[in-house]
Amino acid sequence: MIDALVTPFTDFEFMRRALAGCLALALGATPVGVFLLLRRMSLMGDAMSHAILPGAALGYLAFGLSLGAMTVGGIVAGLVVVLAAGLVARSSILKEDASLAAFYLMSLAAGVLIVSLRGKNLDLLHVLFGSVLSLDDGSLLLIAAITSTTLLALALLYRPLVLECFDPSFLRSIGRWSPVAHYGFLALVVLNLVSGFHALGTLMAVGIMILPAAAARLWAKTLPAMLACAVGLAFASGVIGLLASFHLDVPAGPAIVLTAGLAHVASILLAPGGAFGARLYRRRHLEA
Amino acid sequence: MNAPDAFALTCDNLTLGYDRHPAVHHLACAFPRGAMVAVVGPNGAGKSTLLKAIAGELDPIEGRYRLGVPRERIAYLPQRGELDLGFPVSVFDMVAMGLWRQIGAFGRLRPAQAEQVRATLARVGLSGQEQRPIGTLSGGQLQRARFARLMLQDADLLLLDEPFNAIDSRTIEDLSAIMQDWHAEGRSIVAVLHDLELVRRVFPHCLLLAREQLGFGPTADVLTPERLARARTLAESFDEHAPVCHRHADEEHAA
Repeated sequence: MIDALVTPFTDFEFMRRALAGCLALALGATPVGVFLLLRRMSLMGDAMSHAILPGAALGYLAFGLSLGAMTVGGIVAGLVVVLAAGLVARSSILKEDASLAAFYLMSLAAGVLIVSLRGKNLDLLHVLFGSVLSLDDGSLLLIAAITSTTLLALALLYRPLVLECFDPSFLRSIGRWSPVAHYGFLALVVLNLVSGFHALGTLMAVGIMILPAAAARLWAKTLPAMLACAVGLAFASGVIGLLASFHLDVPAGPAIVLTAGLAHVASILLAPGGAFGARLYRRRHLEA
Repeated sequence: MNAPDAFALTCDNLTLGYDRHPAVHHLACAFPRGAMVAVVGPNGAGKSTLLKAIAGELDPIEGRYRLGVPRERIAYLPQRGELDLGFPVSVFDMVAMGLWRQIGAFGRLRPAQAEQVRATLARVGLSGQEQRPIGTLSGGQLQRARFARLMLQDADLLLLDEPFNAIDSRTIEDLSAIMQDWHAEGRSIVAVLHDLELVRRVFPHCLLLAREQLGFGPTADVLTPERLARARTLAESFDEHAPVCHRHADEEHAA
């Protein structure tokens, strides 16, 4: 039993690399997902991942399967969409969701157009589904660097970001932090989606952000507890997903995200905040 | 003639509104420093718009206003805060954010400041509720918490937009006593209110609005039956094809 759980990691370097990648993603992308969830922007992460794809594809077209070009392309495309959407939302009557939808669709269409200009021969499967089992030094360093940046930025932005989430009008009334928190956070979303797509692919990257966050929301009563719970769930999903992928010979990315999904479903059934929480945790009410 | 900053706020031919339609036009009034002013008028009179503009969230269409206090010394309690009650944050943490000007985005909450937060919570009657999530508070308790945060902001000019909406009488008594304390401490207060009894009892000064200024001065002089009747008829008159207004500040009869 122990053998089945440990030997894959001790015997194979690619499994150790994948494990390190999963740990980095759990520490970086998942806290960002917690704030996405609390800001009611869960679906926005999905839209953003589409906005990044064309940039990465453009980098691939220009420079081939180069980590740097695809990363820069993805980050630039994501930031442009986020900035444009944010500026429009703050200066017109369109709300954030509407202007973001408009810009990411434009970005996606532009990307598809560019890709089709070059015809076939595109091996974009790597971008779409990631390659957590074949992370090279460069990718691993990139993911780790983005995670370090994210943790530092979250530590600096924590207080303004919490206020921007739960009382934005108060934050606006006490100074100029509101746009800093807003755009800084969106930049973190873009960075972590890019870091996620190297491991899990653009389609799956959002999964490791939102699923553990949603499950943690059902268990935790305070924000620090929720962050810790989400990171723990994300890393556990990474480990279990990698082992499942190893033993059952299934693709690792979907296995990890599905594991996180199962944890979420279990939380819905069992957690205090879940569907049956009120009945499962019923105790006699107090005097006052 | 008083020096300019003998006034906390001076409106000079101030016109505010949305999309060319004025919500309130040609305001001309000066709020002395330390005054406690109630803004009264029917729905749609432009009261909230006035507070929003002074808080810096809306630019004047015409005219201007002058602040006698630095902008960062203003605290604004909007009518409908955008407070997300589902967010996992405790009453203590929410109220402690009133100290933002001292602790900023990175500062630590020192023990003396934590004590100050607890004392303020006790003052608004929320002792022992520190660790409750804000989502579990009743409407009155939430308003008490918002008042506590406002107190910690230690502002010179306080703008309160309908602070007593859907609040029970006991809470109104407690919170208006707190407002009278602010008044005694020399802070300037501008509060939008609908309860005329309360205004007559608690507020020395009053501004009566109905899309324009119908009266400003000592409460008893402003809240006369004739003026209140006029306010009711004026407030409802939105006209999609209203003609362009050519009135100027100097034609405005002193109210």
